[in-house]
Amino acid sequence: MIRIGLFIPCYIDQLYPQVGMATVDVLERFGVQVEFPAEQTCCGQPMANTGLTESTRPLAERFLDIFRPYPYVVCPSGSCTSMVRYHYDEYLDGKDDFAELKAKTFELTEFLVDVLKVESIGGAFPHKVGLHQSCHGLRELRLASSSEMNVDPFNKAGSLLRTIEGLELTQLKRPDECCGFGGTFAVAEEAVSCMMGQDRIHDHEEAGTEVLTANDMSCLMHLDGLIRRQKKPIRVMHIAEILAQASHSRESGTGSLNERAHD
Amino acid sequence: MDHPTAAAKFVANDTRAHWHDKALWFVREKRDRMAHGLPEWEILRETAAAIKSHTITHLADLLEQFEENATKLGATVHWARDGAEHNEIVHGLLRDHGVKKVVKSKSMLTEECHLNPFLERHGMEITDTDLGEWLVQLRQEAPSHIVLPAIHISKEEVGELFHDVLGTEAGNSDPQYLAEAARHALRQRFVEADAGLTGVNFAIAETGGIVVCTNEGNADLGTSLPKLHIASMGIEKIIPQAAHLGVFLRLLARSATGQPITTYSSHFHGPRPGGELHIVLVDNGRSDLIGSDEFRRSLSCIRCGACMNTCPVYRRSGGHSYGTTVPGPIGSILAPAQDAKAHHSLPFACSLCGSCTDVCPVKIDLHHQLLTWRKLIAVRGLVPLSKRLSMRLATAVFKRPWLFNLGGSIARWVTPKLPRFLIYNPLNAWGRQRELPEFPKESFRQAWEKRRSSSGGDGKDTSS
Repeated sequence: MIRIGLFIPCYIDQLYPQVGMATVDVLERFGVQVEFPAEQTCCGQPMANTGLTESTRPLAERFLDIFRPYPYVVCPSGSCTSMVRYHYDEYLDGKDDFAELKAKTFELTEFLVDVLKVESIGGAFPHKVGLHQSCHGLRELRLASSSEMNVDPFNKAGSLLRTIEGLELTQLKRPDECCGFGGTFAVAEEAVSCMMGQDRIHDHEEAGTEVLTANDMSCLMHLDGLIRRQKKPIRVMHIAEILAQASHSRESGTGSLNERAHD
Repeated sequence: MDHPTAAAKFVANDTRAHWHDKALWFVREKRDRMAHGLPEWEILRETAAAIKSHTITHLADLLEQFEENATKLGATVHWARDGAEHNEIVHGLLRDHGVKKVVKSKSMLTEECHLNPFLERHGMEITDTDLGEWLVQLRQEAPSHIVLPAIHISKEEVGELFHDVLGTEAGNSDPQYLAEAARHALRQRFVEADAGLTGVNFAIAETGGIVVCTNEGNADLGTSLPKLHIASMGIEKIIPQAAHLGVFLRLLARSATGQPITTYSSHFHGPRPGGELHIVLVDNGRSDLIGSDEFRRSLSCIRCGACMNTCPVYRRSGGHSYGTTVPGPIGSILAPAQDAKAHHSLPFACSLCGSCTDVCPVKIDLHHQLLTWRKLIAVRGLVPLSKRLSMRLATAVFKRPWLFNLGGSIARWVTPKLPRFLIYNPLNAWGRQRELPEFPKESFRQAWEKRRSSSGGDGKDTSS
């Protein structure tokens, strides 16, 4: 049995517990032994992206100590995974087990596709789903091919969602434009951030998206904030929630949207 | 004005902001079709990046080689340390030749050096002959984009401008009609000019030749009629060999406007018979960047503007919101190198989406360089105190899991009980247009702990 240390981003821990539980659920359904080291808090990305190196360093050091014992680290966020894999070097370079940490830390769908070699989620989720390509997952982790580059098209999250019965992926005019969250950017550049979010939502509305999903809950928190303010009929779900509900429906034989994978 | 303030003003005009966004996205899509139509696109980018990397690390030798070969061809090469020296050199040449009227094709370097106002102060009449550049010159403003300088101006506004300046029909904003009027007026300026100024897209060390790319042919006309041609270039425009030109010309037009090649790629090998060619090599801070491990690669830039067209922030905030000659992602790297204090908000005018890095034809890691600038701006104490203190507080909390849990529990308990007006107060920038998340009763770790301690369900105790 593969044993993993579950890395739950701080805001998912405090604001979106159901996303964390859905992540556990999906991993366990594929036979993974999930452990959650309770000492973890935040990877330090907000500080790093503000340029505050010395505020980031102690959090990076803690992270390495906490996740050192696990064969794999899995996280339901492309952005936080990218922080560990590509942006910890200046804090941890040369430290014992750091190279291993970078190599063993995976975003959830990446772990399912690349490590567990999951080919099908199965089950049903009979809805029109709009997949938002969160930028750090897309252009740092390369979870999918980006529209700018001339490479063979691939999409790890999309390939999993396509195996779910009844799930229809909507076709967007701008398949991978940023939603405008961007961490502190969402507040510091509030006007541009919200316009970017509105434009993404509009694209999804025109494409007929019923459920808007992504690998990163932070993008969805921003988009959901706009959607709820304007009372638009789009529901936001993290990809782990869809994967959990679909694989749950495989056992119970239902795929209702309102049903929780976990109570 | 910092970027967020200027950007908010631009966004406030929703119709214009969306029109601007769509106009540039159209160019980005044209570029995509071109990039995806070439199977060797990614190899071209790799090759261009490698050539530029070699060039920047051998720049001193290549510049001297260029000077030697350009001189052999009969051109005169001048060296300018900064914008002021550049302007003095150009003015000196014009003065010595008794020049009163100058035509200039598009040159971002002369914009960077603020050449136009300098020459005008010395009583010279200078006309920008690139149509977009001429429009912004007539409106007495700066270009808002390096390839599409007037992308922020609507055709209706051009109609009004031409009515005032050229006496075209009031209310006529037909592009064909306006272009004809501009062409007619500019022809007269070309005929009367005593000197032609151009920029340089590529200077070839091996041959001493220079290449200027335009879509309007204005560089050719401006250097064919007057006898004096002055070409101004940043020192990073050098490429080692003529053979390398094929790589860059293929990338430049496709990246810039989605054309397979610019309409005119004009090669100048020394002066034309009876004429004079002066080439001014300008440093203006570039050699400082060569010395910087973090930002050296920004000198690979070929000024195609693709990073602007793809940038979701640029498209929605307009080029003028950056307050720099070169706006957008590359401008936000170059400007703080000149003056970090004045431009401290630019590296933060970015959601770190990385689209600029993927679109860049010479593979500059733009969004990573912007992130590096944020660190340097923080080191120089230019990050606002409120941000610094809040992040320091957050780190103090995150270092102590018990405090993190306690703080989270209190916030989740208190926030839903607060009246709406207290939460959505004027200081809450998040809540101006967005709802806050619905605060759940328990955190993930509480839910996890509960599941672990209960023996029922499928909650296997797997914690070590």
